[in-house]
Amino acid sequence: MTSSLIAPRVRTILEPTTVIVEPQAPAQVAITKIVGGKTVTMTPEQAENFGRELDAIRERVIADLGDRDATYIRRVIKAQRALEVGGRALLFAGILPPAWLAGTAMLAASKILDNMEIGHNVMHGQYDWMGDPALTSRNFEWDSACPSDQWRHSHNYMHHTYTNIVDMDRDIGYGILRMSEDQRWHPYYLGNPVYAFLLMVFFQYGVALHELETERIRSGEISIADKRDTIRGIWRKVKRQTLKDYVAFPLLAGPFAPWVFTGNLTANLIRNVWSYAIIFCGHFPDGTQEFSKEETANESRGMWYFRQVLGSANLTGGKLFHVMSGNLSFQIEHHLFPDLPAFRHEEISKEVQEICERYGVPYNKGPLPKQFGTVVRKICRLALPWT
Amino acid sequence: MFTQTSKPRLRDRVLRSPLVDLLTGPHGVDRYTELVEQTWTLGDSRAKIVAVRRQTTRSVTLTLEPNAAFRAGSAFRAGQHVNLSVEVAGRRLTRCYSPANAENDALVELTIGLHDGGAVSQHLYRNARPGMVVGLDGVGGEFVLPANRPRRILFVSGGSGITPVLSMLRTLVAEGYTGEIAFVHYARTATEACYRDELATLPSVRVLHGYTRSDDAADLVGRFGPEHLAAAMPNPEAVFACGPTELVDAVRAQCPDALSESFVPPVFTVPTEASGGRVAFADSGVDVVDDGRSLLEQAEAAGLSPESGCRMGICHTCTRRKTSGAVKNLITGAVSTTDGEDVQICVTAPVGDVELAL
Repeated sequence: MTSSLIAPRVRTILEPTTVIVEPQAPAQVAITKIVGGKTVTMTPEQAENFGRELDAIRERVIADLGDRDATYIRRVIKAQRALEVGGRALLFAGILPPAWLAGTAMLAASKILDNMEIGHNVMHGQYDWMGDPALTSRNFEWDSACPSDQWRHSHNYMHHTYTNIVDMDRDIGYGILRMSEDQRWHPYYLGNPVYAFLLMVFFQYGVALHELETERIRSGEISIADKRDTIRGIWRKVKRQTLKDYVAFPLLAGPFAPWVFTGNLTANLIRNVWSYAIIFCGHFPDGTQEFSKEETANESRGMWYFRQVLGSANLTGGKLFHVMSGNLSFQIEHHLFPDLPAFRHEEISKEVQEICERYGVPYNKGPLPKQFGTVVRKICRLALPWT
Repeated sequence: MFTQTSKPRLRDRVLRSPLVDLLTGPHGVDRYTELVEQTWTLGDSRAKIVAVRRQTTRSVTLTLEPNAAFRAGSAFRAGQHVNLSVEVAGRRLTRCYSPANAENDALVELTIGLHDGGAVSQHLYRNARPGMVVGLDGVGGEFVLPANRPRRILFVSGGSGITPVLSMLRTLVAEGYTGEIAFVHYARTATEACYRDELATLPSVRVLHGYTRSDDAADLVGRFGPEHLAAAMPNPEAVFACGPTELVDAVRAQCPDALSESFVPPVFTVPTEASGGRVAFADSGVDVVDDGRSLLEQAEAAGLSPESGCRMGICHTCTRRKTSGAVKNLITGAVSTTDGEDVQICVTAPVGDVELAL
């Protein structure tokens, strides 16, 4: 499938005057989806033009990358490091309630920035063009239990390439939840809301275990021995993160260890709940579509864009909200252009929305409480056998 | 390096300790200290610009104070080169320059000739100012003085090629060298001749200037040849030449044993189809002839299995370092000629000879 995405483009560039004749490859078919009661159809011809218009946006932003992007990400990093150092320092005085509250809040904000606007985005290669080793996707490691190399595989490649294709995108339910009607019901899913709640509380560990593909181990498809290196990687990272937040920093505080310990625990919890809420609003709110393997075989680049828009949902809010959500509030733009610096998404979102409107493609957006509400409802509803 | 008190060593020991590494993880201590002072890094070799001079209208001379990480690296020998990294429009660009300072100087001096269309030289010429921090590392090169100093030395340089030979000359002067030295330098015009005033103050050195693009009163007329050699120093014991390829070739024609270094600005032409260039997957020791497909497909066709993912330029799994050569982005059509740059090999095709760390 993937080679057919790129092959026609290669030929266009290398032989600009030649008429492109696609050998054998089965043609892309029209795709029809029912979204909120409305029928949405994308023909291969429309997809071609749709893709071309979106490509134009991408190329324009790439041509404009420069000082502004470098200054922005460095400013965010500076703010994150300052919040982290300040937060940890205040927690050393955590015996005083205001210091504990402020320290915990600052550390939580630092971890959120580190994981979302910095980590997630840098690891997508959004700043690779800068050539700064500290901002290169391959080198970057984040303040989370999940090892960055595993994340880049499960997220950048698997999730972003096969977004919302049932049985291919493991982000549909993360192998533990039922998040789509197309996942067959099983008595295990009666616990859907409980698993979802636990995943929220322990989100960083859930993310860390993602690459382990526990569902494939459980089904006997692979054995635990096949994942030995993955487990080692997770253990190494989890050990260091745990030692740092729950042993080293508390011990350094001497008699104030309990306040540092609870502050760090709370900061990690806040980051877990927040990132869970934002991420679950990316693909699970009402209206987002799933796709089958058959629908997406021989998919063209334009149709890939179509799937990304239908499979994602945006969150509305102010500037600070977007920064604190790592601009994943522009999930649609992020899925169309995963390697464009995320703070650019707001600027291009109007245009993307306008293009979608012209092609009759629904552009799903709403405020966090509303979108998250529909997600919670879905989690509970899909626990039931008749759904 | 020179302050051997116990205080800074204790500080370094603390900063390098496993505990600090754990506490500052996963980013590492440098990512915090650099926010206080950009040069406070244990791992990243950097330098701060402490002085900027524009000796001529086509060059800029920078005096750099290297940080501890640079000084901890291999010691600079006169004539060698370093890699200078600067950020231009958000992009980190690295160029190789030969310092002009003497061997044991604490400060590094770079004189950078302005290249038309040269991103780094233009940027530094316009924007370099004291306080600016640059990346400085990669000391290396075989263009050096022998440990046993020859007694009669001829230096020949052209344009900004003056810097490594000036470094040798300054090193010899600092050592109290008592042998015979002649120094021949070619510039386009008298006003473009760097270090002219300084060279004039060295009484024991026979300095001759040649100007290739003006009628300025010169010591030598025309290009290097037997007459220039005779005027400077007949039968020198050692010759060191640095400059454009034509100059170095002319020197070697007269003095085949001359030690030399030349610089050529790379010229690339962009073909519209398979370039037929040599694609070297250096880490695997495999070479192929470019067939126009992406670097990833060509690597796979050659029996290699580099890591890859989406194969459409979005996931950055396949990113590899291109050490040299020109490549073309198959999505945007953009051609890039920068050495030492990371490319997504699934959407990148060679344009001529390319070397890849794969």
